[in-house]
Amino acid sequence: MKACLPPSPDKTAPAQTVSDRVLEVEELRTYFYTRGGLMKAVDGVSFALKRGETLAIVGESGCGKSVTALSILRLVADPPGRIVGGSARLDGVDLIELDAAAMRAIRGNRISMIFQEPMTSLNPVMTIGRQISEALILHQALSRTAAMRRATEMLQLVGIPEPQQRIREYPHQLSGGMRQRAMIAMAVACNPEVLIADEPTSALDVTIQAQILDLIGRLQKELGTAVILITHDLGVVAETAERVIVMYAGRKVEEAPVAALFASPLHPYTRGLLNSIPRLPSIERRSDGPPVQRLQEIPGIVPALSNLPPGCSFAPRCAFASDVCRQAYPRYEEKQGGHWAACWHSDKLAGAANA
Amino acid sequence: MAVIDHDVELRRAGAHVRGWGGALVHFMRRYPLGAIGALIMLLFIATAIFADQITSYDPTSTNPRVSLAPPGEQHTLGADFMGRDVFSRIVYGARISLAVAIGATALGCLIGVTIGLLSGFFGGWVDLIVQRLIDIMQALPLLVMALIMAASLGPSLTNTIIAIAIPLVPNVARIIRSNTLALREMPFVEAARAVGMSEARIAVQHVLPNTLAPLIVLATAQFGSAILVESALAFLGLGVPEPHPSWGRMLSESAAEYVRTAPWLVIFPGIAISLVVFGTNLLGDAIRDILDPRQRI
Repeated sequence: MKACLPPSPDKTAPAQTVSDRVLEVEELRTYFYTRGGLMKAVDGVSFALKRGETLAIVGESGCGKSVTALSILRLVADPPGRIVGGSARLDGVDLIELDAAAMRAIRGNRISMIFQEPMTSLNPVMTIGRQISEALILHQALSRTAAMRRATEMLQLVGIPEPQQRIREYPHQLSGGMRQRAMIAMAVACNPEVLIADEPTSALDVTIQAQILDLIGRLQKELGTAVILITHDLGVVAETAERVIVMYAGRKVEEAPVAALFASPLHPYTRGLLNSIPRLPSIERRSDGPPVQRLQEIPGIVPALSNLPPGCSFAPRCAFASDVCRQAYPRYEEKQGGHWAACWHSDKLAGAANA
Repeated sequence: MAVIDHDVELRRAGAHVRGWGGALVHFMRRYPLGAIGALIMLLFIATAIFADQITSYDPTSTNPRVSLAPPGEQHTLGADFMGRDVFSRIVYGARISLAVAIGATALGCLIGVTIGLLSGFFGGWVDLIVQRLIDIMQALPLLVMALIMAASLGPSLTNTIIAIAIPLVPNVARIIRSNTLALREMPFVEAARAVGMSEARIAVQHVLPNTLAPLIVLATAQFGSAILVESALAFLGLGVPEPHPSWGRMLSESAAEYVRTAPWLVIFPGIAISLVVFGTNLLGDAIRDILDPRQRI
């Protein structure tokens, strides 16, 4: 049992807990009750977020990354979704237990979110300035003029030129990258403790992606915000995150500092994800003659959440799968210092990575 | 292939438009019918506002000596059986028509938008009940509905406005509801929630402004039908009561008896009604084209 959870916050000194960890998610379960059956979109996910750190959550589409984020903000649509268990404590206060009004006071104020689609996440008939000032008016009781002044400063902060003019413009007058900057300005306007970025760069082209990630990193340093970065792009993770959580089929399958994860993944799924990143040498060698290395994909697709196999949910797609994998879900345990994984064959995998 | 003149194309797209005056000229070139409609509406509204300055007769004062006088120098559009000046009555009648049209459209839209927004955004059993009630209301034609309302409320300006406004509600509620249903799934609504806005505030601040374009189009169309229904109610004796001059009643007073002997009593109010309804329709079509984002470049 002890091995199933990361170091429990209850066992450390409470004073230290409050100062060090801003968000503690424990055994969070969000289920969807649908015609197709019960979907365990988030099934017992636990993690802690330290102040000012960047934690990446990676995984394929449909593995529960976004639902985890939405559950923390209590924005999962009910029906069909419901948070059926666990807790998410912000400075010790369990968000899951809060009433609607108290939760609204947290959203956009202490925890805010950047969405994937900057094109449609801004209201087309409201000026940029008004949309940024909304959070300030709601949470900091600023007057409209004071909020607009602050909105201008925020636009300046996120690197939008001519902020005086831009606050009066409508979303369609801004480019995609600009809009994502405006979304970020909206999210950090109230100086939140936690910023959840749900695939913030997926809808942007590559040059803008780097700029947006740099911006998030810079704001994080300046404002001391902790960031949960949800992405399927491991390149982004390597560049920005300090720690990584890998999710598969609603569960956490691996957690490690970013360097350790990239050096020796202890879960075959993580390994598969890393192998599916194109690497430059394989392209360079093409002219010399030696056979071109094919990009390795993970065979199969994420299983339907309503019909997970018994045992390890990754077993059907896993090259290492053995009988034990198909019979029992592996324990989530600390395999190396600070490196957790849920796999029966982590030792084999660790050896393979070094070979 | 024909040679494309970039200047001509740009001109057509309105690249040269500068300021309000330029925009006005561009609008008239691009939507000539809309411009005619707008002109008719301006004329109509100006007539209603400046009725005192335009006319030289009191629309309600009778003069037996000029009873049924044909159009001429003294009475431009003739006089009716009681010797009241037809031109003055049409001019003052514009006031009644305008008041009823504005009042009924505004009231109808206000109620319709409220119902549509509540029904569409919050859904649930409220939506179910409201939609069935609206189904029932829509089963009756606008005029029949207005007739029933007017007959039960009794004739007065306020009652006429209410009688016309209520039957307009279902259309507005339907349009707003269907737009709201699509809008509430938009990511910016989710983003507003993530900022900590309450549902009511999201509905009013984020969803409502996005429904304005279809609402304006609908309101223009309803403005025309309100004028038409007001005339019909007045024709049937259920509209604004005497002594206020109303186009519909001017028609009904003379249609049966004087259509052969004094046709000006029928023709001129008829022209007034047709012209104004025609004007709203032309303007409405142009506004629809302008507000349709698929046509805006």
